[in-house]
Amino acid sequence: MRPSCDPSKFVADVVKEIPPSGIRRFFDLVSGLEDVISLGVGEPDFITPWHIREMCIHSLEKGQTSYTSNYGLPELRDELTRTYYRRYGLDYDPSSEILITTGVSEALDIAVRTVVNPGDEVIIVQPSYVAYLPSVVLAGGKPVIVSTHRDDEFSLTAEALKPAITDKTKAIILNFPNNPTGAIMSKEGLEDIADLVVENDLFVISDEVYECLTYEGKHVPLSSLDGMKERTVMLNGFSKAYAMTGLRLGFAMGSPEIIHSMMMIHQYSMLCAPITAQIGAIEALRHGKDEMERMVREYDRRRHFIVRGFNRIGLECCNPKGAFYAFPYVGNTGLSSSEFAERLLDEKKVVAIPGDAFGEAGEGFLRCAYAASINDIRKALDRMEDFVDRLKQ
Amino acid sequence: MDEKIRHILEILENDARTSPEEIASLTDMSAQDVSQTIAKLEETGVIRHYKTIVDWDLVGENDVYAVIELKVTLERNQGYQAIAERIYKFPEVRSVRLLSGNYDISLTVRGKSMKDVAFFVAEKIATLDQVQSTSTHFVLKTYKEDGVILHEPETIQRLPVSF
Repeated sequence: MRPSCDPSKFVADVVKEIPPSGIRRFFDLVSGLEDVISLGVGEPDFITPWHIREMCIHSLEKGQTSYTSNYGLPELRDELTRTYYRRYGLDYDPSSEILITTGVSEALDIAVRTVVNPGDEVIIVQPSYVAYLPSVVLAGGKPVIVSTHRDDEFSLTAEALKPAITDKTKAIILNFPNNPTGAIMSKEGLEDIADLVVENDLFVISDEVYECLTYEGKHVPLSSLDGMKERTVMLNGFSKAYAMTGLRLGFAMGSPEIIHSMMMIHQYSMLCAPITAQIGAIEALRHGKDEMERMVREYDRRRHFIVRGFNRIGLECCNPKGAFYAFPYVGNTGLSSSEFAERLLDEKKVVAIPGDAFGEAGEGFLRCAYAASINDIRKALDRMEDFVDRLKQ
Repeated sequence: MDEKIRHILEILENDARTSPEEIASLTDMSAQDVSQTIAKLEETGVIRHYKTIVDWDLVGENDVYAVIELKVTLERNQGYQAIAERIYKFPEVRSVRLLSGNYDISLTVRGKSMKDVAFFVAEKIATLDQVQSTSTHFVLKTYKEDGVILHEPETIQRLPVSF
């Protein structure tokens, strides 16, 4: 009989370095609980619009189940070129400057692996989406954290960024509109960042997946600024704008050199994105504007409702101008983010994600997704009000 | 259209019972401004009426609905408006629409029985001078009414927590 072994010894050191996700821990806490109201879901509560689903069904009926080009369906890339030219005057060549990926998650992973050499420093702006830091670690890079603050409405300032730049800095990962804060960047703010980027010869991975969920002002793609197109890879997708999370479709737009290099990884790891989702995405871009705008208007109404609600119950909440997250401050309750969130779940059956799951800069805050029905938001606010009142006693 | 007005109209179209206070919370306006805006929209006829969509089947009411297609002849100096007015004043008539295509006007008629509806069409509608012909289609089942699906709508199954 051959001896048994401990399989964990086969796991690479770099994987062991990945810190456990604060959100995953919460998922485990919530599992099995009844009568829970969740503001912890980072995805739309809308079903993918019917015309998009219907096109996916139709494609399956026709037997469109093959591989596509590694870059993605040409029709989809053409449609993306047209869309971004129409929206922002951006001009991406569909044959060499666009790569269709399996969600923005894959786009992020291969963008980081394309750019980062072992030992390179990559600036991550926190509070941030949970995947950025592990992506950099897995690529052998060194994450350098820059914090945004409530006083700046969680926008990134050049003053905050500048001290973090060293001669080892290779890239910055940006995410505006931001998960978890809902912050957006003004054009002026982005211009200041762009100046620093050019001055220090850096590259930017710009995750703009919440682009269409901008409620005040107009979204400005970083790549639309003078001199930034070749210094930026824009990551985006269909999950948030068109409620297509489960279809797993994203894309990257950048210079031919970067996109080709990303494709080199993509062709061996993913080969191509699912064709059914790509066909749905073509339909979304061609005919999905009305449905998308309808969903955005609904988020906007909930945004006003939840922000007003938090401020009313004494949880100060600055105005999130994008995405579908409110980020109220709970630090004045005497509890840490995690304590507050865990007790809220335990005592009131309301799920909100502690801000420190998104980095130390999130400590003192909660991420509350308003991608939930008004009724659920109302109930959650009522329960939270009761919880906060009891804390005060 | 002003974005705030669009928000108010969409909220009311979706649920006419939404209070001004709630609409205020949803649109970042004051309740007073919301009430004033709604009053103005009512005055100007943008908001025509508030009504309830009822699934009568669930309470055992067996009213019969029919869609009636009419071909009409227009009299000199009388447009479609005149014949529409003649028809829509009957309480049995629930909707009147002028259409393009093979026939001119489409009506929805409600009655207590098929016989009721048939007699109403034969006696009141077909006998009008301008009406050339009628074609009656009885409604067997209504799946969706005015944007509302009359059975359990689709629900989305999401994980309770996600990134």
